[in-house]
Amino acid sequence: MSVETVAIIDYGSGNLHSAAKAFERAAREAGLDATRIVLTDEAETVARADRVVLPGVGAYADCRRGLDAVPGMVEAMTHAAHARGRPFLGICVGMQLLATRGLEYDTTPGLGWIPGDVGPIQPSDPGLKVPHMGWNTLQVDREHALLADIPTGEGGLHAYFVHSYALSPERSEDRVAHSDYGGAVTAMVARDNVAGTQFHPEKSQHLGLALLANFLRWRP
Amino acid sequence: MLKTRIIPCLDVKDGRVVKGVQFLELRDAGDPVEAAKAYDAAGADELCFLDITASHEDRGTLLDVVSRTAEACFMPLTVGGGIRTVADIRTLLLAGADKVSINTAAVNDPDFVARGAEKFGSQCIVVAIDAKRTSAPDAPPQWQIFTHGGRKPTGIDAIAFARTVTARGAGELLVTSMDRDGMRSGYDIGLTRAIADAVSVPVIASGGVGGLDDLVAGVRDGGASAVLAASIFHFGQHTVSEAKAHMAAAGLSMRLDP
Repeated sequence: MSVETVAIIDYGSGNLHSAAKAFERAAREAGLDATRIVLTDEAETVARADRVVLPGVGAYADCRRGLDAVPGMVEAMTHAAHARGRPFLGICVGMQLLATRGLEYDTTPGLGWIPGDVGPIQPSDPGLKVPHMGWNTLQVDREHALLADIPTGEGGLHAYFVHSYALSPERSEDRVAHSDYGGAVTAMVARDNVAGTQFHPEKSQHLGLALLANFLRWRP
Repeated sequence: MLKTRIIPCLDVKDGRVVKGVQFLELRDAGDPVEAAKAYDAAGADELCFLDITASHEDRGTLLDVVSRTAEACFMPLTVGGGIRTVADIRTLLLAGADKVSINTAAVNDPDFVARGAEKFGSQCIVVAIDAKRTSAPDAPPQWQIFTHGGRKPTGIDAIAFARTVTARGAGELLVTSMDRDGMRSGYDIGLTRAIADAVSVPVIASGGVGGLDDLVAGVRDGGASAVLAASIFHFGQHTVSEAKAHMAAAGLSMRLDP
């Protein structure tokens, strides 16, 4: 089996090392010895990668600016995901950037890969705190390879969330899973070879490592 | 459904756990990374390191501890102690902290909270509020912010301060009763409740846990979204899973993943 390169895009957003370490451990535990995880700020590496991960923490506009500041990166991501059809995973704000636009502070254009807006979470119960911070279960809207063999639903495993804004996909079929927080909050989206999680798999212990292993095996 | 979080807190000095962690069979009870791994395996929902290293020059040791923890534990990590500048925040986040807890610097300059939140997002800015009750026992309760480990009064009302820093972008408040800290008589429920009711962000109850019922009260009566405790876990009085089972039996929603 040839070596697969997984490119984690480094555009100055938060802590990427824990994402890289989590991918390394997921690969090791899944016996995927031929997987090479690279943290990179080089567009060329991303354009040629077998799999691409876009992490992101912080404010939407700040992340978008950071991504645009890396020469050729958006084009390289688009090439990998759309021209070459490589599996692509956005995490947290990296997932939100897949939307048409973000409404945090100002309106900021996203990549438009998953049509929809990223707007403030407004729980129906005013007693619920924002940010939505902590461990929540996943309610599956449609089956997806990244959730294979992961116990979901109220009695299932938990994922770690920390966010005040959420993506509302225009096409209901793009939402793969939601969490209940005074209403449905989008937890995971996917379309063709592109997927995104609002929660942090790299901070979600068992569920997270299982999802990352599924991503490394995913053949959309 | 979102679950109530249990957060063990480790005091770290010069890269070592103060007083050690005396539960389980750690090879090195003073190594924060070993302790973090043990709490990760024990089902803690988050972990908190409070750095009490006296000298700012010795931060390298803490950063090494944070980065080795982040490499080994796939759970959220908050780091507090001695954070003064945006550069301090950035360094800790890059080392692997998910959140930073700001205390004195937020008291001295609430706009520091805004600068951190604008740069890194509210989700990673925790403000630690250390408060003491300053009103007479029979008077309407009032709490004041204290710094320097509870020794230095600031004259700032704790509830007003909670509102101020939340408006500046704090994503979470870590509320410690300096009257109760180390007393093992339970959280100051009045303080916790007053702050939880005053702000829209999650509140972590801290200071004074003596037993598992105190954790329940912090959430049920105090309105906290998370409970922080140190000695009841470090010295083997209770395990995290005992605490979770107890809280679940009291009707709270807990994460009981294997």
